[in-house]
Amino acid sequence: MTDGNPHDNPGERRAAYALISPAWAMFVVLLAGPSLAVVVLSLTDWQLGAPTMNFIGLGNYQQLFADRVFWKSFTNTFVYCLVVVPGSVFLGLGLALLIEGATFGRAFYRAAYFLPVTSTLIAMAVVWEFLLHPSVGLINVVLEQVGITGGDWLKNPGKALFTLAGIGIWQSAGLNMVLFMAGLKAIPPDLYEAAEIDGASSVWERFRCVTWPMLGPATLFVTVVSGIRSFQVFDTVEVLTKGGPNKSTEVLLYTMYTEAFNFFRTGYGSAITVVFLVVVLALTLLQVKAGEKRTHYG
Amino acid sequence: MTRRGSLLGHVLRHAVLLAGLVIMLAPFVWMISTSLKPPNEIFSTKLSLLPTNWAAVENYTKAFTKVPLLRYLLNGVIVTGGIFFLQLLVALPAAYALAKLRFRGRDILFTMVLIGLMIPAQAPAIPRYVMLYQIGLLDTYAALILPFVFSAFGIFLMRQFFKTVPDDLMHAARIDGLGEFEILWRIMLPLAMPAMLAFGVISIVTHWNDFFWPLIVIQTGDLATPPLGTLFFRNEEAGSDFGPLMAGTVVITAPLVLLFLAAQRRFIEGVTLSGMKG
Repeated sequence: MTDGNPHDNPGERRAAYALISPAWAMFVVLLAGPSLAVVVLSLTDWQLGAPTMNFIGLGNYQQLFADRVFWKSFTNTFVYCLVVVPGSVFLGLGLALLIEGATFGRAFYRAAYFLPVTSTLIAMAVVWEFLLHPSVGLINVVLEQVGITGGDWLKNPGKALFTLAGIGIWQSAGLNMVLFMAGLKAIPPDLYEAAEIDGASSVWERFRCVTWPMLGPATLFVTVVSGIRSFQVFDTVEVLTKGGPNKSTEVLLYTMYTEAFNFFRTGYGSAITVVFLVVVLALTLLQVKAGEKRTHYG
Repeated sequence: MTRRGSLLGHVLRHAVLLAGLVIMLAPFVWMISTSLKPPNEIFSTKLSLLPTNWAAVENYTKAFTKVPLLRYLLNGVIVTGGIFFLQLLVALPAAYALAKLRFRGRDILFTMVLIGLMIPAQAPAIPRYVMLYQIGLLDTYAALILPFVFSAFGIFLMRQFFKTVPDDLMHAARIDGLGEFEILWRIMLPLAMPAMLAFGVISIVTHWNDFFWPLIVIQTGDLATPPLGTLFFRNEEAGSDFGPLMAGTVVITAPLVLLFLAAQRRFIEGVTLSGMKG
């Protein structure tokens, strides 16, 4: 707003440039440069350590879009998101409503449900691996008590991705819960009184007439944020399934990781990164839009 | 919300919340419980929380001797501490300049920060790796720390905070003859403590738990961060000796969980803020 202000003084300007230049340099070297370089690399056939690098135009992308494993990976990532996003958003919303409406124990519940969000996911993935153990795991042992045979959760191609999605929901529901709690606090209490005077007497009526419409922008925001987070699924895949069995849990970041850092196909891995980046940026723009809407409601 | 409500409603609400809690916390409870049990009780299908024969000492001793658990934790402290310190060093001056000083190009530079916020951490991974490879820094602490020195989120958060500090404070300081560096160091820094703490929570949780980057750049066991160390331990065990393995995961998860329990409010606020970062 004061850009190029004629009244600014040279001393202030010099100090400003001195203060900001380290950040500027780091931005260029560590973030902007590499992010552009990945686009350039995606147009080459380079492999790490190879002496030659040729520009092959969109060759990597052609190869990528013709690759069945890539499409499998792309669809798996979306299926994962389509399970985790609604699961964790609705769970988060339900928890926020139940806890905020409680007369006591709110801080306790909030902390307890939030615990999985901050705990080290890799360590917890190792714990889940044990819980999901086909014969001695807690889950199958409990299921057996009620007469259900759990089977192998991580080695069954039809189940593995959904098992990982379950862990994803477990891990992220608490985050959505606190985001919704912030949204609930912003609803003016007199709206509920007004709704009651207008005849919205049941809990459900009050939710339908006040909470849900007022929470709309927050819900959109939480949904997009969950989408971005779950699109980046990697940790549980690397620890629990390595993309298997039969590529059934192959997801985008995992494919990128194996191509770029196991096979060192740098150019090809870069092309996958670009696809990943495009999707995340598209979701982020949605998030910015959702954020704008949310602030209107204050 | 519903301020009144029947007794039945209250009972139902807490019943649902407590039942959900059992499922959410089961992994933690079972992890601790298993870390106390001898193998024959772990492999029995009888469910009990506490062991009949305690094997806590054996399991934890084994966990600490099989892999250098303390070393992993120390690495975690060095890496997260190093990252956070350098992030502040870069972000604080920039945030102050963006919030309080007038200079040509300020709006463009702030737009850069906003763009930086949008880029997911994995996007620049390949070129960063190539750079570290070429200067021979792979498999070092530097490889774990340097790529994260620039934090768009840190600059953004601090700038928003500095915006709320009244200009009069700076004017008075300038009249007293203080330069911009001194104003930042002596006046702004002490004021910015709450914002720095909020950023600290986010930075530390993010980098303590980060797995993707350490997995890529670290080969040597001695340099493993806690998540990578957990994976080394799991692979070593080949998934059979669950007692010590669970003892190891207890030790690895304990620092952040304890920190969280000690400073819940700040944690939740901080992570809620970062939720906006995605």
